[in-house]
Amino acid sequence: MSQQTVESGPAATPAEPAPRKGKPALSEGKRAERRLGWLLCAPAAIVMLAVTGWPIIYSVWLSLQRYDLRFPDQREFVGLENYVAVLSDGYWWTAFGVTVLLTVVSVAIELVLGMLLALVMHRTLVGRGLVRTVSLIPYGIVTVVAAFSWFYAWNADTGYLADMFGAQAPLTEQIPSLLIIILAEVWKTTPFMALLLMAGLALVPDDLLKAASMDGATAWQRFTKVMLPVMKPAILVALLFRTLDAFRIFDNIFVLTKGANDTSSVSMITYNNLIKGLNLGIGSTMSVLIFIAVAIIAFIFVKLFGASAPGSDQEGRR
Amino acid sequence: MAEIILDKVTKRYPDGALAVSEADIQIADGEFIILVGPSGCGKSTMLNMIAGLEDISSGELRIDGQRVNEKAPKDRDIAMVFQSYALYPHMSVRENMAFPLRLAKVDDATVKSKVDEAAKILDLTQHLERKPANLSGGQRQRVAMGRAIVRNPKAFLMDEPLSNLDAKLRVQMRTSVSKLQKQLATTTVYVTHDQTEAMTLGDRVVVLRGGLVQQVGSPQFLYDNPANLFVAGFIGSPAMNFLPGTLENGQLSTGLGTLALSDRVRTLAEEAKAPREVIAGVRPEHFEDAKLMDESAKAGGTTFTATVDVLESMGSDKFAYFTVEGETATSQELAELAADSGSTETGDSGAQLVTRLSAASTAVEGQPADVWFDADKVQLFDPSSGKNLTYAG
Repeated sequence: MSQQTVESGPAATPAEPAPRKGKPALSEGKRAERRLGWLLCAPAAIVMLAVTGWPIIYSVWLSLQRYDLRFPDQREFVGLENYVAVLSDGYWWTAFGVTVLLTVVSVAIELVLGMLLALVMHRTLVGRGLVRTVSLIPYGIVTVVAAFSWFYAWNADTGYLADMFGAQAPLTEQIPSLLIIILAEVWKTTPFMALLLMAGLALVPDDLLKAASMDGATAWQRFTKVMLPVMKPAILVALLFRTLDAFRIFDNIFVLTKGANDTSSVSMITYNNLIKGLNLGIGSTMSVLIFIAVAIIAFIFVKLFGASAPGSDQEGRR
Repeated sequence: MAEIILDKVTKRYPDGALAVSEADIQIADGEFIILVGPSGCGKSTMLNMIAGLEDISSGELRIDGQRVNEKAPKDRDIAMVFQSYALYPHMSVRENMAFPLRLAKVDDATVKSKVDEAAKILDLTQHLERKPANLSGGQRQRVAMGRAIVRNPKAFLMDEPLSNLDAKLRVQMRTSVSKLQKQLATTTVYVTHDQTEAMTLGDRVVVLRGGLVQQVGSPQFLYDNPANLFVAGFIGSPAMNFLPGTLENGQLSTGLGTLALSDRVRTLAEEAKAPREVIAGVRPEHFEDAKLMDESAKAGGTTFTATVDVLESMGSDKFAYFTVEGETATSQELAELAADSGSTETGDSGAQLVTRLSAASTAVEGQPADVWFDADKVQLFDPSSGKNLTYAG
């Protein structure tokens, strides 16, 4: 738009000298407004710090100690020893590899299926509400409940799907188990992906697609050269949400395999150490490592956003 | 370069709404034609059908003698400029303009030379590497034009391309669009709701109302010989004055008094079998301050005296507004025009008369003035059908 939004409210009065470099002088009204802003944010900020900030700090503190509830007497500050123990252990790296594999494969499949579903929902003219509701059902079902129905479907004795595919006991082998976990994940979260992508599709103006077809683009070219680039921010947000979620996968694995046959995710082994094994030191170390991994993923995505807001010359400059 | 023919082209939506009804228009090669009408008259639908963005329900669309009803937009070799410009936000100006060429798999060197050439014509050379978000409205509009001209299409379609610009820029761009079209001599179909654009730009103007073509002709012809009340009221600014009148023995009685029609007008009205009750239309410029005229010149018209409500001096001439006693002219077409221009909301009572007088006029606001008008320029309309009874076309 050619119009510039003019900030309302008291601006610097003409009597004041021209604002020098740095912070421009604030008028009394502006200062009061800013103070009110801080005050209004304070309660939420304090609650946030209490329920997220404190646990994070506490688990970092725990991770620096030898602290096993079975041997509480041996509690002792050990520095980074726990980290060395976890990171030099094959058990952690297997779980890490499984988690990355599950994340990458399931998010990739979800992206493709979610995009298809979003396009269908976006284009549907008749029964739009019905189509949307139906496609959201999997997302509305409690994960554990859905996981159990998958579990019984693939179970060696009762499973109709296991029967149908002539599999003996797929949940007792690593590769088939991982495939089933991915299937359960994809089935469950594709609607969420589709919903986020549909919001992105709504951002693509109709005129743009019309212009592209006048310019000679085929349907596929319109999709790849106009639609995808324009909705890239929405795609990245959807990917970020899903990747962070998928990296912390727990309930499906817990129900389907309990982590047997090297199908544990990092969340799964953290649970095993922290809750089942009562080893607060090692368990906390693992949860801090998950936190760091998730933070790195988020950082990478956010940097990507920064470099990809479409339609600005500032790309990559800030 | 192409000739575009609409042969009884009709658009009916699935819900039964008729957007365009049996439009017959022949657009000659290189012609600049304007589709004009109030919102909802079907002008954009018609343009979209020519573009191929909307299906044609019945009738035939021919480009260069070839039926194209079933052809996809990309196979029609037509370029379109949108009101929103529809620039690709993720591409630079250069990439935007090159997009149609890239899709047509034109080699890099040709793409570069064509884009550079178009940029030069449109004065965009220094903006080629910028993104649309960083351009002003006028620059974006030019990029949209550039994207249309680079591939040298058979025809340009323009959907209100200047509507998003501010008034001053719009006038400038209007001139450059007109110049560009003459320079390229490419068949152009231009949609607008602004009658000024229609009058100034086109070789010919198509006036649409409710999906029906009202009249096709050159701007001047439409202005001088409107086929009906709708065209008469739509074309021209300020609009034509309409007064209810009674026709008797070659005499027309209106709220301004009784006048003898000129022979020309009387003959036309008789031929058209004019009813007794008519609507008389007079353009503002066919009035003059009676004091400025000598007696012999006054013979062809009639003079009335009324109080000036408002006087607007434009420098070159003066607009004097009067209130005419008695009824206002009523017809469906006039009601529609009033609704479109928003004048139903101003709450004026009585018929308002707009007259354009010479700058030398001594009329004063709030004082009575003698005003003369030309009897030969009066147009008579049938109130029920809206038809122009004095149509000379």
